[in-house]
Amino acid sequence: MAKITASVYTSHIPAIGVAIDQDKTDEPYWQPLFKGYEFSRQWMQDNTPDAIFLVYNDHATAFSLEIIPTFAIGAAAEFVPADEGWGARPVPKVVGHPELASHIAQSVIQDDFDLTIVNKMEVDHGLTVPLSLMFGQPDAWPCTIVPFAVNVVQYPVPSGQRCFQLGQAIRRALESYDEPLKVQVWGTGGMSHQLQGRRAGLINKEFDQAFLDRLIAEPADLAKMPHIDYVREAGSEGIELVMWLVARGAMSDICGGPAIAVKHRFYHVPASNTAVGHLILENN
Amino acid sequence: MALDKPYEDIPGTIIFDAEQSRKGYWLNQFCTSLMKAENRERFKADERTYLDEWPMSEEQKQAVLDRDLNRCMELGGNIYFLARVGATDGKSFQQMAGSMTGMSEEEYRDMMLKGGRPIEGNRYKHEWEDD
Repeated sequence: MAKITASVYTSHIPAIGVAIDQDKTDEPYWQPLFKGYEFSRQWMQDNTPDAIFLVYNDHATAFSLEIIPTFAIGAAAEFVPADEGWGARPVPKVVGHPELASHIAQSVIQDDFDLTIVNKMEVDHGLTVPLSLMFGQPDAWPCTIVPFAVNVVQYPVPSGQRCFQLGQAIRRALESYDEPLKVQVWGTGGMSHQLQGRRAGLINKEFDQAFLDRLIAEPADLAKMPHIDYVREAGSEGIELVMWLVARGAMSDICGGPAIAVKHRFYHVPASNTAVGHLILENN
Repeated sequence: MALDKPYEDIPGTIIFDAEQSRKGYWLNQFCTSLMKAENRERFKADERTYLDEWPMSEEQKQAVLDRDLNRCMELGGNIYFLARVGATDGKSFQQMAGSMTGMSEEEYRDMMLKGGRPIEGNRYKHEWEDD
Protein backbone atom coordinates (compact mmCIF):
# COMPACT_ATOMS: atom_id res chain seq x y z
CA MET A 1 0.00 0.00 0.00
CA ALA A 2 1.00 3.64 -0.43
CA LYS A 3 2.07 5.38 2.73
CA ILE A 4 1.82 9.01 3.77
CA THR A 5 5.22 9.87 5.19
CA ALA A 6 4.79 13.56 5.91
CA SER A 7 2.77 16.68 5.30
CA VAL A 8 4.13 20.06 4.28
CA TYR A 9 2.36 23.39 4.68
CA THR A 10 3.40 26.61 3.00
CA SER A 11 2.13 29.89 1.66
CA HIS A 12 2.23 30.17 -2.14
CA ILE A 13 2.64 33.90 -2.78
CA PRO A 14 3.31 34.71 -6.47
CA ALA A 15 6.00 37.31 -5.64
CA ILE A 16 8.08 34.49 -4.10
CA GLY A 17 8.06 32.78 -7.48
CA VAL A 18 9.17 36.01 -9.14
CA ALA A 19 12.01 36.39 -6.60
CA ILE A 20 13.23 32.85 -7.33
CA ASP A 21 12.86 33.14 -11.11
CA GLN A 22 14.73 36.47 -11.18
CA ASP A 23 17.48 35.37 -8.74
CA LYS A 24 16.51 37.90 -6.09
CA THR A 25 16.53 35.50 -3.15
CA ASP A 26 19.64 37.10 -1.62
CA GLU A 27 18.19 40.60 -1.63
CA PRO A 28 17.62 42.02 1.87
CA TYR A 29 13.83 41.96 1.39
CA TRP A 30 13.76 38.27 0.51
CA GLN A 31 16.74 36.86 2.37
CA PRO A 32 14.98 36.25 5.73
CA LEU A 33 12.15 34.42 3.97
CA PHE A 34 14.37 32.05 2.01
CA LYS A 35 16.50 31.41 5.09
CA GLY A 36 13.38 29.98 6.68
CA TYR A 37 13.23 27.37 3.90
CA GLU A 38 16.89 26.28 4.02
CA PHE A 39 16.09 23.45 6.40
CA SER A 40 13.17 22.46 4.18
CA ARG A 41 15.29 22.19 1.04
CA GLN A 42 17.70 19.83 2.79
CA TRP A 43 14.84 17.88 4.34
CA MET A 44 13.23 17.52 0.89
CA GLN A 45 16.49 16.13 -0.52
CA ASP A 46 16.71 13.62 2.31
CA ASN A 47 13.03 12.71 2.16
CA THR A 48 12.02 12.95 -1.50
CA PRO A 49 8.75 11.05 -1.88
CA ASP A 50 7.51 9.12 -4.91
CA ALA A 51 4.51 11.38 -5.20
CA ILE A 52 3.11 14.59 -3.72
CA PHE A 53 -0.61 15.08 -3.30
CA LEU A 54 -0.56 18.85 -3.60
CA VAL A 55 -3.56 20.76 -2.29
CA TYR A 56 -3.69 24.29 -3.67
CA ASN A 57 -6.12 26.70 -5.19
CA ASP A 58 -6.37 27.83 -8.74
CA HIS A 59 -6.40 31.64 -8.98
CA ALA A 60 -8.83 32.12 -11.85
CA THR A 61 -6.30 30.44 -14.14
CA ALA A 62 -7.46 26.97 -15.16
CA PHE A 63 -10.98 27.71 -13.96
CA SER A 64 -12.63 30.94 -15.02
CA LEU A 65 -16.21 31.61 -13.94
CA GLU A 66 -17.40 29.14 -16.59
CA ILE A 67 -16.81 26.21 -14.26
CA ILE A 68 -16.13 26.44 -10.52
CA PRO A 69 -15.41 23.01 -9.03
CA THR A 70 -15.19 22.90 -5.24
CA PHE A 71 -12.71 20.02 -5.25
CA ALA A 72 -10.85 19.09 -8.46
CA ILE A 73 -8.28 16.30 -8.78
CA GLY A 74 -5.78 16.45 -11.62
CA ALA A 75 -5.55 13.04 -13.29
CA ALA A 76 -3.51 14.03 -16.36
CA ALA A 77 -0.05 12.72 -17.22
CA GLU A 78 1.33 16.24 -17.16
CA PHE A 79 0.37 19.79 -16.28
CA VAL A 80 1.90 22.84 -17.92
CA PRO A 81 2.66 26.01 -15.90
CA ALA A 82 0.20 28.70 -16.98
CA ASP A 83 0.70 32.21 -18.32
CA GLU A 84 -1.06 34.19 -15.59
CA GLY A 85 -0.67 37.46 -17.42
CA TRP A 86 3.04 38.09 -16.85
CA GLY A 87 4.14 35.15 -19.06
CA ALA A 88 4.50 31.56 -17.82
CA ARG A 89 6.98 30.89 -14.99
CA PRO A 90 10.22 29.29 -16.25
CA VAL A 91 9.73 26.13 -14.21
CA PRO A 92 9.56 22.49 -15.28
CA LYS A 93 6.27 20.98 -16.34
CA VAL A 94 4.53 19.03 -13.62
CA VAL A 95 4.48 15.28 -14.17
CA GLY A 96 1.30 13.77 -12.80
CA HIS A 97 0.43 10.29 -11.61
CA PRO A 98 -2.74 9.35 -13.48
CA GLU A 99 -3.03 5.87 -11.92
CA LEU A 100 -2.74 7.20 -8.37
CA ALA A 101 -5.05 10.14 -9.08
CA SER A 102 -7.71 7.87 -10.59
CA HIS A 103 -7.44 5.50 -7.67
CA ILE A 104 -7.85 8.33 -5.17
CA ALA A 105 -10.81 9.72 -7.10
CA GLN A 106 -12.55 6.36 -7.17
CA SER A 107 -11.97 5.77 -3.47
CA VAL A 108 -12.80 9.27 -2.26
CA ILE A 109 -15.96 9.62 -4.36
CA GLN A 110 -17.22 6.33 -2.96
CA ASP A 111 -16.38 7.80 0.43
CA ASP A 112 -18.95 10.58 -0.24
CA PHE A 113 -16.66 13.36 -1.54
CA ASP A 114 -17.90 14.31 -4.98
CA LEU A 115 -14.68 15.33 -6.71
CA THR A 116 -14.39 16.82 -10.16
CA ILE A 117 -11.89 14.86 -12.25
CA VAL A 118 -9.73 17.04 -14.49
CA ASN A 119 -7.79 15.44 -17.33
CA LYS A 120 -6.54 18.67 -18.88
CA MET A 121 -5.42 21.61 -16.77
CA GLU A 122 -2.74 24.25 -16.56
CA VAL A 123 -1.33 24.97 -13.12
CA ASP A 124 -0.60 28.37 -11.64
CA HIS A 125 1.59 29.85 -8.89
CA GLY A 126 -0.57 28.21 -6.23
CA LEU A 127 1.02 24.90 -7.22
CA THR A 128 4.39 25.91 -8.65
CA VAL A 129 5.57 28.33 -5.92
CA PRO A 130 5.51 25.64 -3.18
CA LEU A 131 7.50 23.34 -5.48
CA SER A 132 10.08 26.07 -6.06
CA LEU A 133 10.32 26.82 -2.33
CA MET A 134 10.92 23.18 -1.45
CA PHE A 135 12.97 22.00 -4.46
CA GLY A 136 14.70 25.13 -5.74
CA GLN A 137 15.32 25.31 -9.48
CA PRO A 138 15.86 21.77 -10.80
CA ASP A 139 15.58 20.89 -14.50
CA ALA A 140 12.76 18.52 -13.63
CA TRP A 141 10.70 18.14 -10.44
CA PRO A 142 12.09 15.07 -8.67
CA CYS A 143 8.78 13.27 -8.13
CA THR A 144 5.29 12.93 -9.52
CA ILE A 145 2.58 15.31 -8.38
CA VAL A 146 -1.17 14.93 -8.10
CA PRO A 147 -2.64 18.46 -8.19
CA PHE A 148 -5.73 18.93 -6.05
CA ALA A 149 -7.47 22.27 -6.54
CA VAL A 150 -9.86 23.63 -3.92
CA ASN A 151 -12.19 26.51 -4.74
CA VAL A 152 -11.33 29.40 -2.46
CA VAL A 153 -12.07 32.10 -5.03
CA GLN A 154 -15.87 32.20 -5.05
CA TYR A 155 -17.51 32.17 -1.64
CA PRO A 156 -18.55 29.96 0.01
CA VAL A 157 -15.46 27.83 -0.04
CA PRO A 158 -15.64 24.36 1.55
CA SER A 159 -15.65 24.44 5.34
CA GLY A 160 -12.60 23.62 7.42
CA GLN A 161 -14.46 20.60 8.71
CA ARG A 162 -15.14 19.33 5.19
CA CYS A 163 -11.50 19.81 4.23
CA PHE A 164 -10.33 18.00 7.36
CA GLN A 165 -12.64 15.06 6.66
CA LEU A 166 -11.53 14.99 3.03
CA GLY A 167 -7.93 14.62 4.20
CA GLN A 168 -8.96 11.57 6.17
CA ALA A 169 -10.65 10.10 3.10
CA ILE A 170 -7.49 10.72 1.07
CA ARG A 171 -5.44 8.81 3.65
CA ARG A 172 -7.86 5.87 3.38
CA ALA A 173 -7.58 6.03 -0.41
CA LEU A 174 -3.79 5.95 -0.34
CA GLU A 175 -3.76 3.04 2.07
CA SER A 176 -5.72 0.95 -0.43
CA TYR A 177 -3.34 1.67 -3.32
CA ASP A 178 -1.41 -1.46 -4.30
CA GLU A 179 1.96 0.04 -5.13
CA PRO A 180 4.19 0.80 -2.11
CA LEU A 181 4.57 4.51 -2.82
CA LYS A 182 5.86 7.07 -0.37
CA VAL A 183 3.50 10.02 -0.58
CA GLN A 184 3.55 13.47 0.96
CA VAL A 185 0.42 15.57 1.28
CA TRP A 186 0.95 19.31 0.98
CA GLY A 187 -1.45 22.03 2.06
CA THR A 188 -0.73 25.47 0.61
CA GLY A 189 -1.97 29.07 0.70
CA GLY A 190 -2.44 31.59 3.49
CA MET A 191 -1.53 32.84 5.96
CA SER A 192 -3.32 36.07 6.86
CA HIS A 193 -3.72 38.37 3.89
CA GLN A 194 -6.24 40.56 2.16
CA LEU A 195 -5.66 41.64 -1.43
CA GLN A 196 -8.70 43.83 -1.92
CA GLY A 197 -10.60 46.86 -0.72
CA ARG A 198 -9.56 49.51 1.77
CA ARG A 199 -8.66 46.82 4.31
CA ALA A 200 -6.01 45.37 1.96
CA GLY A 201 -2.71 44.63 3.67
CA LEU A 202 -4.28 43.12 6.76
CA ILE A 203 -1.91 40.86 8.71
CA ASN A 204 -2.86 39.11 11.96
CA LYS A 205 0.21 37.49 13.49
CA GLU A 206 -1.61 36.40 16.59
CA PHE A 207 -4.22 34.56 14.55
CA ASP A 208 -1.57 32.97 12.35
CA GLN A 209 0.56 31.73 15.23
CA ALA A 210 -2.50 30.36 17.01
CA PHE A 211 -3.52 28.64 13.76
CA LEU A 212 -0.11 26.94 13.53
CA ASP A 213 -0.28 25.89 17.21
CA ARG A 214 -3.75 24.46 16.84
CA LEU A 215 -3.06 22.80 13.49
CA ILE A 216 -0.31 20.85 15.20
CA ALA A 217 -1.97 20.14 18.54
CA GLU A 218 -5.76 20.24 18.12
CA PRO A 219 -6.62 20.02 14.42
CA ALA A 220 -10.05 18.46 14.95
CA ASP A 221 -11.08 21.42 17.06
CA LEU A 222 -9.49 23.92 14.66
CA ALA A 223 -11.45 22.35 11.81
CA LYS A 224 -14.68 23.58 13.45
CA MET A 225 -13.71 27.23 13.03
CA PRO A 226 -16.36 28.93 10.88
CA HIS A 227 -15.62 30.82 7.65
CA ILE A 228 -16.38 34.18 9.18
CA ASP A 229 -13.49 33.83 11.63
CA TYR A 230 -11.03 33.29 8.79
CA VAL A 231 -12.37 36.20 6.78
CA ARG A 232 -12.67 38.66 9.63
CA GLU A 233 -9.45 37.73 11.45
CA ALA A 234 -7.13 36.62 8.63
CA GLY A 235 -8.46 38.68 5.71
CA SER A 236 -10.61 37.84 2.71
CA GLU A 237 -7.82 35.77 1.14
CA GLY A 238 -6.72 34.28 4.48
CA ILE A 239 -9.53 31.79 4.00
CA GLU A 240 -7.08 29.82 1.84
CA LEU A 241 -5.96 28.31 5.15
CA VAL A 242 -8.83 25.79 5.03
CA MET A 243 -6.63 23.92 2.53
CA TRP A 244 -4.07 23.22 5.24
CA LEU A 245 -6.72 21.15 7.00
CA VAL A 246 -6.87 18.70 4.07
CA ALA A 247 -3.20 17.89 4.55
CA ARG A 248 -3.53 17.74 8.33
CA GLY A 249 -6.52 15.39 8.08
CA ALA A 250 -4.39 12.96 6.09
CA MET A 251 -1.89 12.43 8.93
CA SER A 252 -2.04 9.14 10.80
CA ASP A 253 -2.48 10.55 14.32
CA ILE A 254 -5.96 11.70 13.29
CA CYS A 255 -7.14 8.10 13.08
CA GLY A 256 -5.47 6.77 16.21
CA GLY A 257 -1.89 6.42 14.94
CA PRO A 258 1.19 7.58 16.85
CA ALA A 259 1.82 11.27 17.49
CA ILE A 260 3.31 13.29 14.66
CA ALA A 261 6.76 14.91 14.74
CA VAL A 262 7.10 18.63 14.07
CA LYS A 263 10.24 18.81 11.92
CA HIS A 264 10.14 22.49 11.03
CA ARG A 265 8.13 25.63 11.74
CA PHE A 266 8.63 29.06 10.23
CA TYR A 267 6.72 32.32 10.13
CA HIS A 268 7.61 35.59 8.42
CA VAL A 269 5.97 38.91 7.55
CA PRO A 270 5.78 40.18 4.85
CA ALA A 271 6.06 38.65 1.43
CA SER A 272 4.35 41.21 -0.78
CA ASN A 273 0.87 41.53 0.87
CA THR A 274 1.01 38.33 2.86
CA ALA A 275 2.17 36.56 6.00
CA VAL A 276 4.23 33.46 5.23
CA GLY A 277 3.69 30.31 7.28
CA HIS A 278 5.44 26.99 6.89
CA LEU A 279 5.35 23.64 8.69
CA ILE A 280 6.76 20.17 8.09
CA LEU A 281 5.04 17.37 10.00
CA GLU A 282 6.19 13.75 9.82
CA ASN A 283 4.25 10.61 10.58
CA ASN A 284 5.97 8.35 13.09
CA MET B 1 -35.60 33.20 3.41
CA ALA B 2 -32.57 35.41 2.87
CA LEU B 3 -29.13 33.89 3.20
CA ASP B 4 -27.11 34.84 6.24
CA LYS B 5 -24.11 36.93 5.18
CA PRO B 6 -22.20 37.70 8.38
CA TYR B 7 -19.25 38.95 6.33
CA GLU B 8 -21.14 42.07 5.29
CA ASP B 9 -20.10 43.84 8.50
CA ILE B 10 -16.36 43.58 7.77
CA PRO B 11 -15.04 47.02 6.82
CA GLY B 12 -13.30 47.74 3.51
CA THR B 13 -14.03 44.26 2.21
CA ILE B 14 -16.24 42.80 -0.50
CA ILE B 15 -16.66 39.05 -0.34
CA PHE B 16 -16.92 37.52 -3.81
CA ASP B 17 -19.99 35.39 -3.27
CA ALA B 18 -22.47 33.94 -5.76
CA GLU B 19 -24.37 37.23 -6.00
CA GLN B 20 -21.21 39.23 -6.80
CA SER B 21 -20.09 36.51 -9.19
CA ARG B 22 -23.35 36.72 -11.10
CA LYS B 23 -23.09 40.52 -11.36
CA GLY B 24 -19.49 40.35 -12.48
CA TYR B 25 -19.61 37.40 -14.85
CA TRP B 26 -18.67 39.25 -18.04
CA LEU B 27 -16.30 41.65 -16.31
CA ASN B 28 -14.36 38.68 -14.98
CA GLN B 29 -14.55 36.77 -18.26
CA PHE B 30 -13.11 39.84 -20.04
CA CYS B 31 -10.26 39.77 -17.50
CA THR B 32 -9.66 36.08 -18.21
CA SER B 33 -9.27 36.86 -21.92
CA LEU B 34 -6.16 38.89 -21.01
CA MET B 35 -4.30 35.69 -20.18
CA LYS B 36 -3.58 35.41 -23.89
CA ALA B 37 -0.68 37.57 -25.07
CA GLU B 38 -2.43 38.52 -28.33
CA ASN B 39 -5.50 39.73 -26.41
CA ARG B 40 -3.31 41.80 -24.10
CA GLU B 41 -1.85 43.46 -27.20
CA ARG B 42 -5.25 44.13 -28.72
CA PHE B 43 -6.54 45.55 -25.41
CA LYS B 44 -3.52 47.82 -25.01
CA ALA B 45 -3.83 49.06 -28.59
CA ASP B 46 -7.45 50.20 -28.09
CA GLU B 47 -8.98 49.55 -24.70
CA ARG B 48 -12.43 50.94 -25.47
CA THR B 49 -12.89 48.89 -28.63
CA TYR B 50 -11.74 45.74 -26.90
CA LEU B 51 -14.10 46.34 -23.96
CA ASP B 52 -17.00 46.94 -26.33
CA GLU B 53 -16.66 43.37 -27.58
CA TRP B 54 -17.91 42.21 -24.15
CA PRO B 55 -21.49 42.37 -22.83
CA MET B 56 -20.37 44.32 -19.76
CA SER B 57 -22.26 47.26 -18.26
CA GLU B 58 -21.06 50.74 -19.12
CA GLU B 59 -20.17 51.21 -15.43
CA GLN B 60 -17.99 48.12 -15.51
CA LYS B 61 -16.22 49.26 -18.67
CA GLN B 62 -15.61 52.72 -17.19
CA ALA B 63 -14.25 51.23 -13.95
CA VAL B 64 -11.78 49.17 -15.98
CA LEU B 65 -10.74 52.19 -18.06
CA ASP B 66 -10.26 54.15 -14.80
CA ARG B 67 -8.37 51.22 -13.23
CA ASP B 68 -10.66 51.79 -10.23
CA LEU B 69 -10.31 48.36 -8.66
CA ASN B 70 -12.59 49.14 -5.71
CA ARG B 71 -15.36 50.07 -8.14
CA CYS B 72 -14.63 46.95 -10.20
CA MET B 73 -15.03 44.88 -7.04
CA GLU B 74 -18.36 46.56 -6.20
CA LEU B 75 -19.55 45.75 -9.70
CA GLY B 76 -18.79 42.06 -9.32
CA GLY B 77 -15.10 41.85 -10.11
CA ASN B 78 -12.85 39.46 -8.26
CA ILE B 79 -9.28 40.35 -7.45
CA TYR B 80 -7.77 37.25 -9.05
CA PHE B 81 -9.55 38.05 -12.29
CA LEU B 82 -8.82 41.79 -12.07
CA ALA B 83 -5.16 40.90 -11.60
CA ARG B 84 -5.08 40.13 -15.34
CA VAL B 85 -5.67 43.81 -16.04
CA GLY B 86 -2.92 44.69 -13.58
CA ALA B 87 -0.57 42.20 -15.20
CA THR B 88 -1.32 43.71 -18.59
CA ASP B 89 -0.30 47.08 -17.10
CA GLY B 90 2.86 45.51 -15.66
CA LYS B 91 1.67 45.97 -12.06
CA SER B 92 2.51 43.66 -9.19
CA PHE B 93 -0.09 42.29 -6.77
CA GLN B 94 1.29 44.66 -4.16
CA GLN B 95 0.74 47.66 -6.41
CA MET B 96 -2.79 46.48 -7.19
CA ALA B 97 -3.75 45.81 -3.58
CA GLY B 98 -2.18 49.07 -2.45
CA SER B 99 -4.12 51.04 -5.06
CA MET B 100 -7.37 50.09 -3.32
CA THR B 101 -6.39 51.45 0.10
CA GLY B 102 -6.15 55.16 -0.60
CA MET B 103 -2.46 55.00 0.36
CA SER B 104 0.44 55.81 -1.93
CA GLU B 105 2.48 52.89 -3.27
CA GLU B 106 5.30 53.81 -0.91
CA GLU B 107 3.07 54.17 2.16
CA TYR B 108 1.49 50.79 1.48
CA ARG B 109 4.85 49.10 0.97
CA ASP B 110 6.14 50.64 4.22
CA MET B 111 3.05 49.47 6.09
CA MET B 112 3.65 45.91 4.89
CA LEU B 113 7.33 46.07 5.87
CA LYS B 114 6.29 47.16 9.34
CA GLY B 115 4.05 44.12 9.74
CA GLY B 116 0.97 45.01 7.73
CA ARG B 117 -2.38 46.54 8.62
CA PRO B 118 -3.20 45.61 12.22
CA ILE B 119 -6.34 43.67 13.03
CA GLU B 120 -7.22 45.94 15.96
CA GLY B 121 -9.86 48.40 14.84
CA ASN B 122 -10.35 46.62 11.52
CA ARG B 123 -12.75 43.81 12.35
CA TYR B 124 -16.17 45.51 12.18
CA LYS B 125 -17.70 48.28 10.11
CA HIS B 126 -18.73 50.19 13.23
CA GLU B 127 -15.06 50.52 14.13
CA TRP B 128 -14.58 52.59 10.97
CA GLU B 129 -17.54 54.88 11.48
CA ASP B 130 -15.42 57.73 12.81
CA ASP B 131 -13.48 57.89 9.51
